[in-house]
Amino acid sequence: MSMGMPTVVPQQRFERETYLNKAYGVWSWLLTTDHKRIALLYLVSITFFFFIGGFFALLIRLELLTPAGDLVQADTYNKLFTQHGMVMIFFFLIPSIPATLGNFLVPMMVGAKDLAFPRINLLSWYLYIIGGALMLHCMLTGGVDTGWTFYVPFSSNFTNTKFVEAGIAIFIAGFSSILTGLNFVVTIHRMRAPGMTWSRLPLFIWAHYATSIIQLLGTPVVAITIVLVAAERALHLGIFDPRLGGDPLLFQHLFWFYSHPAVYIMILPSMGVVTEIIACFARKRIFGYQFVAFSSIAIAVFGFLVWAHHMFVAGISVYSALVFSFLSYAVALPSAIKVFNWTATLYKGSIHYDAPMLYAFGFLGLFTIGGLTGLFLAALGINVHVTDTYFVVAHFHYIMVGGALMGYLGGMHFWWPKISGKLYPEGWARLAALIVFIGFNLTFFPQFVLGYLGMPRRYYDYSHMPEFQVLNVLSTAGSTVLGVGYLLPMVYFLWSMRYGKPASDNPWNAAGLEWRTASPPPTLNFDVEPVVTWEAYNYEELDAPPQTQEVTVG
Amino acid sequence: MLNDFPLWPQQASTLAHRVDALYIFLLIVTGMMALLVCTLVIVFAARFRNRPGVRAEQIEGSNALEITWSVIPFFVFMVIFAWGAVVYFSQRTPPADATEVYVVAKQWMWKVEHAEGQREINELHVPVGRDVKLIMTSQDVIHSFYIPAFRVKQDVLPGRYTVEWFRATKPGTYHLFCAEYCGTQHSGMVGDIVVLEPAQYEAWINGGSNGPLSATGEKIFAELGCSTCHRTDMQGRGPNLQGVYGKPVELADGRTVTADENYLRECILDPGAKRVKGFQPIMPTFQGLVSEEQVNALVAYIKSISETKPAGGMKTANAGAANQPQSNGSQVQ
Repeated sequence: MSMGMPTVVPQQRFERETYLNKAYGVWSWLLTTDHKRIALLYLVSITFFFFIGGFFALLIRLELLTPAGDLVQADTYNKLFTQHGMVMIFFFLIPSIPATLGNFLVPMMVGAKDLAFPRINLLSWYLYIIGGALMLHCMLTGGVDTGWTFYVPFSSNFTNTKFVEAGIAIFIAGFSSILTGLNFVVTIHRMRAPGMTWSRLPLFIWAHYATSIIQLLGTPVVAITIVLVAAERALHLGIFDPRLGGDPLLFQHLFWFYSHPAVYIMILPSMGVVTEIIACFARKRIFGYQFVAFSSIAIAVFGFLVWAHHMFVAGISVYSALVFSFLSYAVALPSAIKVFNWTATLYKGSIHYDAPMLYAFGFLGLFTIGGLTGLFLAALGINVHVTDTYFVVAHFHYIMVGGALMGYLGGMHFWWPKISGKLYPEGWARLAALIVFIGFNLTFFPQFVLGYLGMPRRYYDYSHMPEFQVLNVLSTAGSTVLGVGYLLPMVYFLWSMRYGKPASDNPWNAAGLEWRTASPPPTLNFDVEPVVTWEAYNYEELDAPPQTQEVTVG
Repeated sequence: MLNDFPLWPQQASTLAHRVDALYIFLLIVTGMMALLVCTLVIVFAARFRNRPGVRAEQIEGSNALEITWSVIPFFVFMVIFAWGAVVYFSQRTPPADATEVYVVAKQWMWKVEHAEGQREINELHVPVGRDVKLIMTSQDVIHSFYIPAFRVKQDVLPGRYTVEWFRATKPGTYHLFCAEYCGTQHSGMVGDIVVLEPAQYEAWINGGSNGPLSATGEKIFAELGCSTCHRTDMQGRGPNLQGVYGKPVELADGRTVTADENYLRECILDPGAKRVKGFQPIMPTFQGLVSEEQVNALVAYIKSISETKPAGGMKTANAGAANQPQSNGSQVQ
């Protein structure tokens, strides 16, 4: 089958009932309990917030084009990077893969009709929307300038921007995240189809299982932290303020206890996506299935034990710094193991270069750089110099944009035929993958150099050190390329919904239960409840003769 | 050599070379790891691209390989960890005889006070080749005192002292940045570290009109009436402060703490928290009555009367204490 640019207008197909055409009208969407429709609700909402956050990022980069603070005011700039962080983290990255692809695929991959609690699933979207609307209102009526980390005592006693409103928005969105995690855990435990044992689960499911555990256990802590800061701000309780007998470092411990694991909420699902893509486009079972599966769990567990590595210069004792540095290396190992297993999976494969695989390659490269620069930051002696500089900014963007977002886009391309029933234009998709990869590196690689040179984060004016301009210009140039790379998929996905060629049930000839039902799937996912008798990634059987068709050709 | 390379920060302290050595080691090690992964991915992707009639060969996995690529990175990580920890301990442990400088951060400036009495704003003059210890606190939010050319950084917190030290190796002017976001003019909270030759430094440090910091402290000590209770003849209602700095103090609740800068500071601002054994809780708090600068002067004075040499006019205002591991606020927690 050809995946090239469609040259013919799709022909009318026999009208089969799908989750998309089952009902029309606004209420059929707003009151749906179908996990697939809720996934699409999420998809639209997070895309909206992604472009808001991206717009802020572009303004930040434009301001830094010149050393002087000449585009916006200092306060405006501080609000821009704060809202960029809050929107991207709490309203895009954390829900991104779990709430869209995860919501759509988790029930199908385990062979269930829906998630365990469909109404709670809808509730989680409404909570997200309420939180999002509040955040939007906060931004439109002045915004907040505390940084997404809202360190005390700045956030509790000094800023006169709308911190409490932003805090409530994040608090509410946090419950949306908790409910999604709860739904996944119960679904994966209780609703697997007959024969779908734990060791037959796609690694996408293992990754989401690990993610859900973090969401369930970590998110309440950030919620409590927000309540405590708000209480101190409103009621002058002495919790974090030293003048009232509080301890500002306590805040940082609580904040990072959630916010470090939150990084794994963002990256683990992406790892799951990439695992599925690599297996499919290498036509192979994943090398070391159980190692990849358990490394996800190991990341979730160790991820909870490394939070103070954000605090090596904050005033913690040298001995606790020692422990947290050691544990940070411990959490790096499972990620390294995953990279090695993905690489080994390519060995003796039959590798196809379709757009999802290009994104997966991009993920491998960028995540590897992001992970390796994490080794620099975990080294105590180097951390002192580079923490709170652009080195850190570059590092976490390599993980959370290079890694998580590459995986998200790869997954969107991979499952788009299943979600929409249409094929996206392959040529454009490959071009977009290339543009994103180049634009990303151009934007963020110079920031590693800037950081080691000593440029601090969150500076809107660097006229004191004009020698940093060249690297900043490179970074800003890259960000415009990156912007184009992100706009393209949105355009051609929308285009393909109307003009794309109809997709077959399994256009990639991929393994996994979701490919054994129609595209787009019926409301109850499967016409007949599946019974699983095969291992995950059974590409050997799928590609075995007498199958005559060659699978995917570029 | 690296000093002339435009993409490399200046090296102007004893620590800079040690941090850079580790950094270069990491660049090489991680560069090799990245190269290995990229080469394998590219080679496999090219070598095993799909060809008609050739099917993928299914491989379950290999425990030997999994162990290999877990254990080898683990040992590499441990080398980095240990090396990083050794450098960090040096960064965080000021030498015993370092020259002391008090730093008060506020939105959005750095106020610096030398033991000799010189004051500066957004500037710090230090001599080349001598250890300098900064005793820092903040009047408002958290800031961070960052000198890239020295590879040192330390957050500056309200309500406690944190400490940072360096030994400059090259005369010149270097950037001082606030590295912890602190509000509107965060990016304006920058300044210069001026490293002078010893002779120039002597001229500069003696050019001021203020008396030594400890003398200022002595004056405040008298003005606030501290001396009525804290007498040196053991008859006072408060403990005798002579010789107390750097010594262990037995508390009323049975604990023992070391009387370092943070302890002295806490006793001034929150006297009830760690009361000395054998004394009544009668001391009032001076929270809000004394500025950060005055607290610094008082601490400098109390330290000066703990020294064997008489106070005033000395270059190093420090005796014992500095041998202990850097406490950095542990007293206040």
